Amino acid sequence: MNERHLRVAKVCKSYGRQRALVDVSLTFAPGQVAAIVGPNGAGKTTLLGILSTLAKPTSGEILLADQPFIRDPAARRTIGYVGHEPGVYPDLSARQNLRIFASLYALTDAETRITAMLERVDLADVRSDLPARAYSRGMLQRLALARALLHGPKILLFDEPSSALDPVGVRWLSEELLRERDAGSLVILVTHDLDAAAQVAGHLVVIRRGRVAMDRTEPSGFSATQVRALYEEALRDR
Amino acid sequence: MTGSPHPSFWRYTALIAIKDLRIEGRSREVLYTMGFSAALVVLVFSFALASATDPAQGPITAAGVLWAATLFTGTVALARVLDRERENESIRSLLLSPAPRAAIYAGKLIATSTLMLAVEILLTVLVGVLFSAGVFAHLGWLALVLVLGTLGFASTGVVFSAALLRSRSREALLGALLFPIVIPVLLAASRATACLFDPLSPDLEPVAFWTRFLLATDVIYIALGLWVFEPVVSGE
Repeated sequence: MNERHLRVAKVCKSYGRQRALVDVSLTFAPGQVAAIVGPNGAGKTTLLGILSTLAKPTSGEILLADQPFIRDPAARRTIGYVGHEPGVYPDLSARQNLRIFASLYALTDAETRITAMLERVDLADVRSDLPARAYSRGMLQRLALARALLHGPKILLFDEPSSALDPVGVRWLSEELLRERDAGSLVILVTHDLDAAAQVAGHLVVIRRGRVAMDRTEPSGFSATQVRALYEEALRDR
Repeated sequence: MTGSPHPSFWRYTALIAIKDLRIEGRSREVLYTMGFSAALVVLVFSFALASATDPAQGPITAAGVLWAATLFTGTVALARVLDRERENESIRSLLLSPAPRAAIYAGKLIATSTLMLAVEILLTVLVGVLFSAGVFAHLGWLALVLVLGTLGFASTGVVFSAALLRSRSREALLGALLFPIVIPVLLAASRATACLFDPLSPDLEPVAFWTRFLLATDVIYIALGLWVFEPVVSGE
């Protein structure tokens, strides 16, 4: 097993009597984008919550490089998370937001890193005192990506990051995902958008009623038609 | 990535507190709301009680008004300081950072208490002027009682506010859940403050007793807060 593989081993998650995930076992490889797709309520976001260490599985475990990936600060340093909400403070500017997270991650080269990130997400030219509250949806999502990448995480988790983005924003985000993949990061994308999944994924997971209905890897990537066909096949009643 | 591997618990606490105070420094919405509410409460009480108050009951009334206004404005601060984490789901980014949950709690406690104490300075002056209370007679003791009373209130309030972060009717629920729990703190703080405001009773023995009581309550509440904040904020 590659030393940086992330393995989900027989994970179950229940909320009272409701079972959100049942015996989920998956392996995610670095340098690959894994897309987790499935209908509403299938358990995709619950799985991402467990992978992010914010939620605890009822049973089973998560292993990184064959070591338990436990809920501690060291594990959290390896994770970057982008959700459909940007996760930034609206009263602060982009740079002030990134300064807060740089200090929480104790980055020693914070200002250089922040400037590089703002340039990367094309926010370097925005008025420096403009609060994030005044940003457009696309700008907020760019800032969210800068926040998630600031500390150089090796595992990137995206939960419906392109919802409410315009087509230009979706394309930009896909390019950024691929850039991180090429840099060797392990990228996991939860999405409803099968076309967005087809653009970036080399690993496709379909979750249905809390179970893995399909788990397929295609190093050369999937076409949109392939993704749709696999999805429909996985969701067909068996 | 370049980074120091283990910043201390206190460094994280300071970072969270400074972050919250810096955000407040930019908008000042909590301070203005608290200050306005505090002034309003004291003014209303002063008009309502001015003619009816027995002079001997003056210090008790003034202390009661001071702590009633603190309770009211403190609830505003608690709701808003945690509410900021809900906007844009920034709480998720904070919880995903390496900051220990207990440090997040301690930072929030310090930030909330600082805001409350800033407003309590205004409140104390207003109560002194409008109720002719001897607020400057034992300033050191009064400051100690205010700090301990505020910490006792905020230590519990931060936990409940975090628990209600995703609740729709959190502002109504916060008061209903929090007020019964902080009654011992408010009673002790009011009694100590009444003794300090009383110009005829220079005996500080009761003040010392209630201060020790507040200190013990604070230690218990803060220890519980540090312990339960993680499961509460994680929703587990």
